[in-house]
Amino acid sequence: MRLRLVPQDTSFDFFARPKLWLGISGALMALAFVSFLLQGLNFGIDFRGGTTIRTESAQPVDVGAYRDALQQLELGDIAISEVFDPTFGPDQNVAMIRIQAQEGEEAVSAEVIETVRTTLQEVAPDIRFVSVESVGPKVSGELIQTAIIAVLLAIGAVLIYIWLRFEWQFALGAVAALVHDVILTIGIFSELQIRFDLAIIAALLTIVGYSLNDTVVVFDRVRENLMKYKKRPLREVLNISINETLSRTFMTSATTLLALVSLFVLGGDVIRGFVFAMIWGVIVGTYSSIFVASTILLVLGVKRDWSKPDQAAGTQFSDVDA
Amino acid sequence: MLQIDLWKRVLIWAVVAAGLVLALPNLFYERVEMHNDAVAAIEARGGATAELSAEADLWPEWMPSGLVNLGLDLRGGAHLLAEVQVEDVYESRMEALWPEVRDTLRDERDTVGTIRLQPSAPDELRVRLSQPEGMARAIEVVRGLARPVTSVTGTGAQDLDVAAEGDELVVTLSEAEKRATDDRTVRQALEIIRRRIDEVGTREPTIQRQGADRILIQVPGVGSAAELKEIIGTTAQLTFHPVVSRNADPDAAPGIGNETLPAMDQEGVFYTVESAPVVTGEQLVDAQPSFDQNGRPAVTFRFNPTGARAFGDYTAENIGNPFAIVLDDEVISAPVIQSHIPGGTGIITGNFTVEESTNLAVLLRAGALPAGLEFLEERTIGPELGADSIEAGRIATIVAFAAVLVFMGLSYGMFGLFANVALILNVALIFGLLSLIGATLTLPGIAGIVLTVGMAVDANVLVFERIREELKTAKGPARAIQLGYEKALSAIVDANITTFITAVILYVMGSGPVRGFAITLGLGILTSVFTAIFVTRLLIVMWFERRRPRTLEV
Repeated sequence: MRLRLVPQDTSFDFFARPKLWLGISGALMALAFVSFLLQGLNFGIDFRGGTTIRTESAQPVDVGAYRDALQQLELGDIAISEVFDPTFGPDQNVAMIRIQAQEGEEAVSAEVIETVRTTLQEVAPDIRFVSVESVGPKVSGELIQTAIIAVLLAIGAVLIYIWLRFEWQFALGAVAALVHDVILTIGIFSELQIRFDLAIIAALLTIVGYSLNDTVVVFDRVRENLMKYKKRPLREVLNISINETLSRTFMTSATTLLALVSLFVLGGDVIRGFVFAMIWGVIVGTYSSIFVASTILLVLGVKRDWSKPDQAAGTQFSDVDA
Repeated sequence: MLQIDLWKRVLIWAVVAAGLVLALPNLFYERVEMHNDAVAAIEARGGATAELSAEADLWPEWMPSGLVNLGLDLRGGAHLLAEVQVEDVYESRMEALWPEVRDTLRDERDTVGTIRLQPSAPDELRVRLSQPEGMARAIEVVRGLARPVTSVTGTGAQDLDVAAEGDELVVTLSEAEKRATDDRTVRQALEIIRRRIDEVGTREPTIQRQGADRILIQVPGVGSAAELKEIIGTTAQLTFHPVVSRNADPDAAPGIGNETLPAMDQEGVFYTVESAPVVTGEQLVDAQPSFDQNGRPAVTFRFNPTGARAFGDYTAENIGNPFAIVLDDEVISAPVIQSHIPGGTGIITGNFTVEESTNLAVLLRAGALPAGLEFLEERTIGPELGADSIEAGRIATIVAFAAVLVFMGLSYGMFGLFANVALILNVALIFGLLSLIGATLTLPGIAGIVLTVGMAVDANVLVFERIREELKTAKGPARAIQLGYEKALSAIVDANITTFITAVILYVMGSGPVRGFAITLGLGILTSVFTAIFVTRLLIVMWFERRRPRTLEV
């Protein structure tokens, strides 16, 4: 007996309420945007400069005592948080300390780190700094810029590729789904105030790639079915295509999620935010390739006459035999 | 029907075998690493000791010994991004130009009148003329001092811009010359940083130029970025000056041609010295840490012949006078010359610790930086955090792997097992490729591999689902398999190319760990398409040829 996530033959109508789905997506995006405007992102030092210190000690972390000790150094805004992780040993107590970028300095000076160390040693004598990272405001500004350019470039490149391989309506549908995924991901990071650093940009771009992967598979089937069922209305063809690829969509999302969840639970706290972004992206990306990309395709309509060779339709890859 | 030519089969297995062999050393990471270090050491010293050859024998010579480099976040170490203060060089260029300009304009005193140097920005020279009507002539003669820019791009351009502002003559470096100088400065700085780090002798440092004026330094193993900064952040400009006076007031007027410098280890003590040094660090040929007659740490040095002569002559003429040993505008010490020092060797004593004297010797041997460095980014990752991350990554990858294998087996039965074989080969191929190109594995890189494990099955899933569909129309198993592969191909190609595009963009735009992620993601896409289209297919065809099933359940 095979394990099946989706019954063998499905005939769900995914476009019974197109306005509802677009409405929900629109509302979620608006929510994400409002959250972003109101709270903003919890930028890591990669993007706003400053220093993070990861400490480890045998005795439990006393955030209050740490803060009191560091307050007297007058280093400006200091954020201290304890880190928990199932992979930590019993006497492994970890805290993250973030110090804002110091006036007139690029990277933090060694003396400041030393003062912080000696100050904290008064509270926790065996405290060790397992990592110290410091980014100056000059670089962090550039990093933001590069990150935004990278995401825009990725979206642009994909738009062009899909346009070449399919039709512009497909490209717009796919990109709408991408923008939807990126905005919702930024939204959840703003809403939950998860630290947003350089690795999250990598995650965002992976989400772009993944969401696209899903969308392209559905679109590929749409293209095939458009040629197969020349007379059927677009809505039916879309429904058939999504239903036919539904099993694959769920299988791939399930295996990817299996892998990601094990990384989320066991991979350590350093990359947890990164993995969280990707898990969220896989879920949102799967949803959007069905309910956003295809719905937009339905709204935009597609030129149906694929038979004429001069229609500038995308070129099919010829059958390559291995 | 389902046929694959023999040569294609051989080729596919050959690629897989090559990947496995290349990946193999990573299973014996420490052993191979010791072997590699030993081989490098034997080569460096031109002969083997018993210990080194024993270490070299840990791994057979004929096996590939390429390893996946572990990034700083996995191995621990220090990362610095430094910006070379290229403007420093403009200033010294302008200072050096002043005597030339002065002499040239003095020759034209009849037309330009008397001249006076005006206070100005460090990268320009302002000269006031008492007869502004002679400005045209002044510009002309000063322009005569300009030389062609020595660079590939700036051909034809002159190195000086000369202009008039009211009664002032303004000399600056031309844009072309600035670009050429910047480039030279950064390359020199890079070279000196490399020499200094090599002197300290750590393994596999990365020293790269980034953009126009930045240098990225990554050194695995060094305790902290602060220690690394001590080695590379010091300019290490060593000079020997005649001492004019010793005083306690930093603002005392030093007099023309003199400057007042603070003492390094005595608070509130200043020396007024002549600005022009007798000898400089550039004339050193060697410096070694040692101890003075009282057993305190010190640095002994030796001059080259020109330096030795200048030093010898000066000491012979100035017995009984103090002279100052100055490092980066601080007086290390100002001993009184006891006797003529002819041999060109000397000793620097100060309040050094053994570590400081060792570092100073390293810095002096490697040479001075042409310009200061500003550190924009510094990261220190403790080795234990890296080890924890590797361990967590390893466990997570194994669990992810097992979960996906079981899931695929449950979903597709026999075909799932084929996909699983392909998946295992896939990860081996990724490691093989990473070792081959000497790429760096970072923590996000491990995440990239785990993500690939999840996504690698996608191509197989696409094919299997398609075979299922084709089976419904009952064309017989062989035909269904063939059609399944053919029809799934365009979806596989499109889906993977789009993901690959994002991986490429990540690689180009990203840096450090993000780039590591892009590499594993990109390689993972290549290998997963290869294993899905070729390996799984070959496995299925081989199985099919043997069994010839009438019906097929996927």
